[in-house]
Amino acid sequence: MTKMTAFAALSAFALTAGSAFAEPKAEVLHWWTSGGEAKAVAVLQQEFAQRGGTWTDMPVAGGGGDAAMSALRARVLSGNAPTAVQLKGPAIQEWYEEGVLADISDVAEEQHWADVLPARIADHMKCDGHWCAAPVNVHRVNWVWANKAILDANGIEMPKTWDEFNAAAEKLKAAGITPLAHGGQAWQDATVFETVVLGLGGPEFYHKALVELDQDALKSDTMKAVFDEMRTLRGYVDDNFSGRDWNLATAMVMNGEAAFQIMGDWAKGEFLAAGKTPGTDFVCAPTPGDAGFLYNVDSFAMFKVDGAGKQEGQKILAELIVGPSFQETFNLNKGSIPVRTDVSLDKFDDCAKMSAADMKADGENGSLMPSYAHGMALRGAQAGAITDVVTAHFNSDMSSEEAVQQLATAVANSM
Amino acid sequence: MTDATLTQTGREPRSAGALIGRRLLRWGLYALLCLFALYYLLPLFVMLTTSLKSLEEIRTGSLVALPREVTFDAWGKAWSGACTGIQCEGLRPFFWNSVMMAVPGVLLSTLIGALNGYIFAQWRFRGANLFFAFLLFGCFIPFQVVLLPMARMLGIFGLAGTIPGLIFVHTIYGLGFTTLFFRNYYVTIPHELVRAAKIDGAGFFRIFWSIFLPLSLPIAVVTIIWQFTQIWNDFLFGVSFSSAGSQPITVALNNIVNSTTGVKEYNVDMAAAIIAGLPTLFVYIVAGKYFIRGLTAGSVKG
Amino acid sequence: MTDWLSRHVPKIVLAPTFVAVLLFVYGFIAWTAWVSLTRSKLMPRYEIDGLIQYERLFASPRWDTALTNLFIFGALFIGISMILGLMLAIFLDQKIRIEGALRTIYLYPMALSMIVTGTAWKWILNPGLGIQAMVQGWGFENFTFDWLINPEMALYAIVMAAVWQASGFVMALFLAGLRSVDGEIIKAAQVDGIPTWRVYTAIIIPSMAPIFLSAFIVLAHLAIKSFDLVIALTGGGPGYATDLPATYMYAMAFSRGDLGQAASSAMIMMLVVFTIVVPYLYSELRAKND
Repeated sequence: MTKMTAFAALSAFALTAGSAFAEPKAEVLHWWTSGGEAKAVAVLQQEFAQRGGTWTDMPVAGGGGDAAMSALRARVLSGNAPTAVQLKGPAIQEWYEEGVLADISDVAEEQHWADVLPARIADHMKCDGHWCAAPVNVHRVNWVWANKAILDANGIEMPKTWDEFNAAAEKLKAAGITPLAHGGQAWQDATVFETVVLGLGGPEFYHKALVELDQDALKSDTMKAVFDEMRTLRGYVDDNFSGRDWNLATAMVMNGEAAFQIMGDWAKGEFLAAGKTPGTDFVCAPTPGDAGFLYNVDSFAMFKVDGAGKQEGQKILAELIVGPSFQETFNLNKGSIPVRTDVSLDKFDDCAKMSAADMKADGENGSLMPSYAHGMALRGAQAGAITDVVTAHFNSDMSSEEAVQQLATAVANSM
Repeated sequence: MTDATLTQTGREPRSAGALIGRRLLRWGLYALLCLFALYYLLPLFVMLTTSLKSLEEIRTGSLVALPREVTFDAWGKAWSGACTGIQCEGLRPFFWNSVMMAVPGVLLSTLIGALNGYIFAQWRFRGANLFFAFLLFGCFIPFQVVLLPMARMLGIFGLAGTIPGLIFVHTIYGLGFTTLFFRNYYVTIPHELVRAAKIDGAGFFRIFWSIFLPLSLPIAVVTIIWQFTQIWNDFLFGVSFSSAGSQPITVALNNIVNSTTGVKEYNVDMAAAIIAGLPTLFVYIVAGKYFIRGLTAGSVKG
Repeated sequence: MTDWLSRHVPKIVLAPTFVAVLLFVYGFIAWTAWVSLTRSKLMPRYEIDGLIQYERLFASPRWDTALTNLFIFGALFIGISMILGLMLAIFLDQKIRIEGALRTIYLYPMALSMIVTGTAWKWILNPGLGIQAMVQGWGFENFTFDWLINPEMALYAIVMAAVWQASGFVMALFLAGLRSVDGEIIKAAQVDGIPTWRVYTAIIIPSMAPIFLSAFIVLAHLAIKSFDLVIALTGGGPGYATDLPATYMYAMAFSRGDLGQAASSAMIMMLVVFTIVVPYLYSELRAKND
């Protein structure tokens, strides 16, 4: 730790010596406001301050960033864009097309980002070949969380296929336990849906259907089977699931009211906050299926701003965000894993270690896939169109045939 | 249904039986009013009890039960310790931003609304009704539509991200309602009053000041309640037209409550919501008094 | 000169409002109309591209639901709030001793941000947690109250919470109106031996016609803009069964980066308002004029 601050001080000195008198400044728009998240961002602020920077915080939570995005539009239109903005997935390229993003290639090349980031993820950070955003973390979306005591009591192994999952769920249902804890909100329905697509169709099909939006894939029998499975899963959810927050669903698993939950690794934060230990109180495993890793990567994009101080601030921020020390502290707080592949995982828990190992393996196998439900795979209009159909199907008695038809039409209509 | 309330004063009761009947009606009336009070209080009950529980108890117990152990930790945290970003100082730093935005906003829009309403009701001119209708229709413009062009305008005026900018926006979009309230109230005041005052040589402002304003208490109360609530509770404008340092309390509340992937602390959320609502409640109670004054002043209703 | 000035004082006083409305309301509506004809995505663009956004809008089943919901929700919300508000105001006007306390109780829901009261309502209406669980706990096993999670009924649950929030203000409006009615008229009527309920229905309520207009505009405005409430209570669900045009528009404009589509939905929304509100305004203002 002392070595680190000494290094930071040294580099701060070098920097101030190098860049004349412009004091680095940054106004940062983000939506990390709850305890653990806020603590995680505060680490970045401290590192920024150590480099002589002034951080102005502009947090806007809500709707997974919707509120922040409306604030961002207003800010950009009034000619008062924030310095750095939490943006992710194709939204980065969308903003780039509006001509408002800055180029941070010199920092990226100086820091050799290309060597330490998985190629798939690095692509999200580039606009027209140059770097325009800095990645923060990797959340894995396709996780199943389970209550260990319930599994043991009913002699259930973590299911490896969806058929095994269904069998386990039937057994639990017979025993009077809600098999699947789920919150009936559109994004949660979409989260379950994409893990089923990955599990039943495999990574290649996932890519065709939810990344390329291939009409044949969308109308295929595999997609029908996916909707059939969604209908089956609907039967494993308790009656009162509508509108439930995801963390209440997690609490159901914790309290033994339900056995499984399908949710990204932020759910781990809830378990840990309640003093539960992975492996003994709860189990984490990838959702049923052979292979595949659905990632949800948070990142910061740098907007075009005037003034040497702000531009200097952007460079320092970009460097710090991808820097190993921030990557470690941030992700320990947030429950995700570092996006850099060269960070030591000694301090991380077993679920995180499994996640990191899978990310590496899936990266090599080409089964590292962007999460559509969390805005990594598609632009907002298309992702939203799919979600509309998924949630309408899950919450009604729509047949799989009709759902597939609607899916294809909605996607075509959203272009 | 109105039959139950036939207890207006004025007539002498004719017999003992009538007296008892009246008393029964009166009890029924009170019972009914209290029943409705329960309906209105139910969510507050849930919020209050939740805010007094520990997070542990919320996680394990029933959400709508009374707290097993009362703790005020959540209130302290909501006011001065909850994280609204990287600073964890609760709602406190944002409180003054809201006051500085809401008080001038309410006063300006109410005053202009009163003058406008006075003109529309008592100083008609050709096209006045048409303009009034246009003004009213303007109340229906969805604020989401306003957001982007307004951002541009504020940028041009140099008001982007400032509290005066927010006051400006709230005043503009409050005018439709404040004008409406005053106009529809003043319209019930006989025109003869203005005519007589004019003959006495009183001018436009003089009549407004000494005849209309003193009559306006009940409607001013309603208008202030409306405007204060709208401005204080506004989130959309607050979040879009502010910048770090000028964010109103609703943005802070939202940041405490609405995190997608963080741990949810319902007790702090509920306490924060009640704290954020306290100034509005205060306005209701203080302003509400003047309802009665309107009644007892005698000039309006005997 | 002073004569001219004094004759035109009313117009001069109104002028700033006139300019503001022209620019910030009608100017912006025109802007929206323009954007609705473009293929604007993340940010506004201004190349006109025909009626494509309207075609997309009407091809969307979700918009269909949203628009239907607006009619059902709007009618129920406005109707119930008006009746309840008027009733409470009349009751409160009977020289009730605890009027101050009751009035505040009826009003307070407006004071609290729906972001959080929505959560409280969600728990109350959730069958597993709230009223249903409570009543069943009292021994009435067959009692069900599951509106919130039933796609057919969820909209009515939203009406319930919306009425809870807004009816207190309508009550205040009516109360102010009741207190502006000339007491002499009432006294005179009573001296003539007219029963009190007749006094209300024949004299007081008709004289409050302008207040009804105010209440209607306020409620219609709230109905159309109901946004926080839906987001907090159901998030538009189950599925998108409780989606309203305001939530549709917001989703399109800000989470989906489909600004052109949002603008077209806003235009349709305003058109609907126009066809309903304008005839009402016309008849109201006309009647007052004569």
